[in-house]
Amino acid sequence: MTQFDDVVIDIQKLSFSRGDRPIYNEVDIKIPRGKITAIMGPSGTGKTTLLKLIGGQLKPDSGSILVDSKNIPALSRSDLFGVRERMGMLFQSGALFTDISVFENVAFPIRVHTDLLEDMIRDVVLMKLHAVGLRGAHDLMPSELSGGMARRVALARAIALDPDIVMYDEPFTGQDPIAMGVLVNLIRRLNHSLGHTSIIVSHDIQETLGIADYIYIIADSKVIASGTPEELSRVESEQVKQFIQGLPDGPVPFHFPANDYEDDLLKGNR
Amino acid sequence: MDQLALLGRKGLDKLAAFGRAGMILFQSLVAKPQPLVMFPLFVKQIYFIGVLSLIIIVVSGLFIGMVLGLQGYTILVDYGSEQAVGQMVALSLVRELAPVVTALLFAGRAGSALTAEIGLMKATEQLSSLEMIGVDPLRRIIAPRFWAGFICLPILSAIFAIVGVYGGSIVSIDWLGIYDGSFWANMQNSVNFYDDVLNGLIKAVVFGFVVTWIAVFQGYDCIPTSEGISQATTKTVVYSSLAVLGLDFILTAVMFGEL
Repeated sequence: MTQFDDVVIDIQKLSFSRGDRPIYNEVDIKIPRGKITAIMGPSGTGKTTLLKLIGGQLKPDSGSILVDSKNIPALSRSDLFGVRERMGMLFQSGALFTDISVFENVAFPIRVHTDLLEDMIRDVVLMKLHAVGLRGAHDLMPSELSGGMARRVALARAIALDPDIVMYDEPFTGQDPIAMGVLVNLIRRLNHSLGHTSIIVSHDIQETLGIADYIYIIADSKVIASGTPEELSRVESEQVKQFIQGLPDGPVPFHFPANDYEDDLLKGNR
Repeated sequence: MDQLALLGRKGLDKLAAFGRAGMILFQSLVAKPQPLVMFPLFVKQIYFIGVLSLIIIVVSGLFIGMVLGLQGYTILVDYGSEQAVGQMVALSLVRELAPVVTALLFAGRAGSALTAEIGLMKATEQLSSLEMIGVDPLRRIIAPRFWAGFICLPILSAIFAIVGVYGGSIVSIDWLGIYDGSFWANMQNSVNFYDDVLNGLIKAVVFGFVVTWIAVFQGYDCIPTSEGISQATTKTVVYSSLAVLGLDFILTAVMFGEL
């Protein structure tokens, strides 16, 4: 594993399970500062869970999650809210507040955490909305947006305060090809010009390989491969090849663990 | 043996839920006051929880008062003491019916809405995104709703009693022809501020606390799916109604039963 000069999130021996199902088993992940790190893997491997663990919304069974050497699971409630001010998160569903307009949604974190004047807030919000191509939609209510648009508004809200760490949960899902290109560029630009640390959870292999500096592939409750996109393309492991090339057959199971197929079907007749 | 284990498990689950409910209440209410942020949110909730419940409370109060007048008259007239109907209407409303019926209606109208709203916020990750923005949803979402419900219910109960007495007077005086002087004078003589009005108000305050607590907890603690939200909404109405009726008996026993 590559050693980074400057690690912003250091996950050590993380174990987490939901009920009896283990999601992570003693996993180590390091996220370098100012880079774009992608977390990839088949669905159901707990990629979103990882973001929630980093954000302190879930508590691990064991192990530590150090964000700038603060151990997230051990923080008090108020310290945790302090750390979160420096994080932005784009939720898979967008998670816009449905009772306020698009404009107010993006303005929300600014109003909560700063004392900016109203016309300055307006400028910042419109700039953020312009960046995601939805400045014209600032008067709409979230219910009037399509899924892809809602997610772009959510992205504008996640970056409203220019946080140090931005976590994107499936940012490309549901976007048309034009919006997708713009988003990829936007994430890259935010990262390069503002020095954000970005963590992207995604299935979209080509887009993610295109912008990520470093990639972790997760399967079977552990990290099965990590490295730069070039390093990963040279990895010989069947599992990794299968995932990156998107093949249904291979060591990574497409099916959720189940009983024998034939048995299951025939059981009904007995 | 399995049955016994199941019973124990259910008991423990309930106990744990009760603990969580206490923690949620404590964490949302005990914090540094932020009046500038909280006041507008609180006013908005007063509108949704209190003002929008007014119609159902006023209409129900009016009808219940009218029914009391009618029923009281038909019974009292046999003993020739129909003049006492004013006192009967006022006492039953102020002591019992206003707080209890208001709390039951409030659980159905506002409690279920609170649970569904908070549950849906949880299901659509709005609570999670608040947390990630660095805002405590307990302070921002739960606290204003709790205070609004806690304050609105006693006021709604008072309005219920007033409208109910008016309904009773319409039936007794205008319709059944009872002499209005004796109707009001009997009421004035028998209703005591401390024993009746204040005790009724205390009941409403207790019910307001319990019903709103149950509603916000069920919403916050629900399983974030459509089925989970529907279960939580049902639980809010069922638990609140049972709690109101049970507590009403206890409070009545303490206040009027000379325990």
